[in-house]
Amino acid sequence: MKYVDEFRDGALARGIADRIAAELQPGRRYSFMEFCGGHTHAIARYGIAELLPPEVRMIHGPGCPVCVLPIGRIDQAIHLALERGAILATYGDTMRVPASNSLSLMKAKARGADIRMVYSATDALALARANPQREVVFLAIGFETTTPPTALVIRQAAKEDLANFSVLSCHVLTPSAITHILESAEVRQYGTVPIDGFIGPAHVSIVIGSAPYQHFAEEYRKPVVIAGFEPLDVVQAIGMLVRQVNAGRAEVENEFIRAVTPEGNVAAQAVVSEVFELRERFEWRGLGEVPYSALKIRPAYARFDAERRFALDYRPVPDHKQCECGAILRGVKRPTDCKLFGTVCTPDNPMGSCMVSSEGACAAHYSYGRFRDIPVVSVPA
Amino acid sequence: MKKDYLRPLDFKQGRVDMNHGAGGRAGLQLVEELFARAFDNPALRQGNDGAVLDLPNIPGGHRLVMATDAHVISPLFFPGGDIGCLAVHGTVNDVAMLGATPLYLAASFILEEGFPLADLKRIVESMATASREAGVPIVTGDTKVVERGKGDGVFISTTGIGAVPVGRDIGGANARPGDVVLVSGTLGDHGVAILSLRESLEFETTITSDTAALHTLVAAMLAAVPEGSLRTLRDPTRGGLATTLNEIARQSGVGLLLDEAAIPMQPQVEAACELLGLDPLTIANEGKLVAVVAPEAAGAVLAAMRDHPLGRQAARIGTVQADEHHFVQMATRFGGRRVVDWLSGEPLPRIC
Repeated sequence: MKYVDEFRDGALARGIADRIAAELQPGRRYSFMEFCGGHTHAIARYGIAELLPPEVRMIHGPGCPVCVLPIGRIDQAIHLALERGAILATYGDTMRVPASNSLSLMKAKARGADIRMVYSATDALALARANPQREVVFLAIGFETTTPPTALVIRQAAKEDLANFSVLSCHVLTPSAITHILESAEVRQYGTVPIDGFIGPAHVSIVIGSAPYQHFAEEYRKPVVIAGFEPLDVVQAIGMLVRQVNAGRAEVENEFIRAVTPEGNVAAQAVVSEVFELRERFEWRGLGEVPYSALKIRPAYARFDAERRFALDYRPVPDHKQCECGAILRGVKRPTDCKLFGTVCTPDNPMGSCMVSSEGACAAHYSYGRFRDIPVVSVPA
Repeated sequence: MKKDYLRPLDFKQGRVDMNHGAGGRAGLQLVEELFARAFDNPALRQGNDGAVLDLPNIPGGHRLVMATDAHVISPLFFPGGDIGCLAVHGTVNDVAMLGATPLYLAASFILEEGFPLADLKRIVESMATASREAGVPIVTGDTKVVERGKGDGVFISTTGIGAVPVGRDIGGANARPGDVVLVSGTLGDHGVAILSLRESLEFETTITSDTAALHTLVAAMLAAVPEGSLRTLRDPTRGGLATTLNEIARQSGVGLLLDEAAIPMQPQVEAACELLGLDPLTIANEGKLVAVVAPEAAGAVLAAMRDHPLGRQAARIGTVQADEHHFVQMATRFGGRRVVDWLSGEPLPRIC
């Protein structure tokens, strides 16, 4: 594949990894958090951890949109489809997120709920046009990457005066989540999560630009390197982080210059702020209530807001008692620290949300990396 | 007295109705004017509820192999094939993967009320062509009609019978450490061809389904090496290569180590999967096989595969190793290593 294979060049990656190893300061350990699920996925899928020297540890962050979706929000969606007769449209991975009463959207579908998997927000709008006699609700999830398309379809629905379309907005914001982690007791006081720097999101940064990360670098003295999702991007970014740590620098650097600019996609930002405004609080799975961390639909577009249209109440639901998703999403624990990991909680029967999407820390480790937990005796062919 | 007159079926405008499944004259007419005419062969011509069949004379004796497969695909017509030829190929391949010569097929149709007769004719004729090309006749069958809304156009279930020489043992449990893993060609073609037609996902592509009957390829492979050196044959259909290899690892109680760079894949398939956030190793194939072969026979089997039109792009993709955890691992093109796991549920696209 042109323009892709170039960023998957193993020989080049080994060269960079060797340089990283040579540049490490003796006796020093380096812990970096990759915020994005896209990076978690790349690290697991390409076996990047194996290339890195043991002194460099990657901590998986909460940037997986499916993983941070709390049970209460899925419950709302299931309620709309099962009890209010709405057609519920959503993105693929969301279908399997566990909800209350051993349900998920997929299981609700088997019980008769009309749930449709869509590939884009536009498809949800098309469903509304094609089914004028039914209520169509789009369960909109994701970080800044998926927010502009949702804003666009809401604007389009207003233009067409569609009477049966609404959006259950679960859009969340990257910078507030990073702040929340940096403000958490584990990072600030106890130092149980030693974060030396961040790999900044790829696609999110295309939309918001690199400027919003300046705050973390300055206020918290943490280096941030924005990186693309290809494996070579990730290895290169880790090298850049090591160099910043060694030099005592805390700056925002951009490895992903082929797509990310300081100001980001201004047109996308404009349409988002036309349609959405900040929520005062929003529950994240694992992180709990995070202030000003999500978006709700502005009053001018209230008729397209499913929460208002159906007068939905939000009821928070705690995770399974032994599920460690919360601690894993905050970087406090690793997937293998969870008692449920690989026993009752597997990608086929996820208990916690980190096991659902292949971007989740647990599913990525289970599906791609679990052989590392066990020494495998290999017989030469 | 007037001769019985039955207005012929209208294959242009007509549709399946409940009468076609009611057990009366309309059903008989559908069988005679469509199925019997298309599939015509001596066993079917007997006109009984079942078929009386001859078995071949295999020196040293033979055992029977039987396989069955239900086909519920949507869309019914896709680039490179349709549910009809798929229903023939799928079952012929299931029989062939046990090292058997496929001999006869049975076919059951579940038709939905309102299904256009023109489409049904197209499907049945495609089945007839596939069965003729494979040399495996459809010798008996059945048709049922369900009310509108209770089926998805047409479901086809086929059952195949084949014969395997006594002493030949090809199966999923026979892989041993040191054996070599081969595939017969590029992976993911069928699944991506189907995906390209899915509602809301339509994309233009030159990829066509690889649907094909693999029994002649299997025969060529068997002829190339001594009995016993072909350990396992399997067609990586639903769940793709990943699922098939995990099945073999579990059945045989071994681990597998793959070389990602050696796995043949069309760039269009790779690109489509990349765009949709899907893993091409979990995408379905309908005309490819995986073979586990004794190391000393691997070269000869590979050469025989490449000499066959359905194995031109055959490749050696990995080896079998001792592993009590039965992991399928892969050395990535990038230089790392990862597990190639079972598919969990449907392959769903990632969000970011």
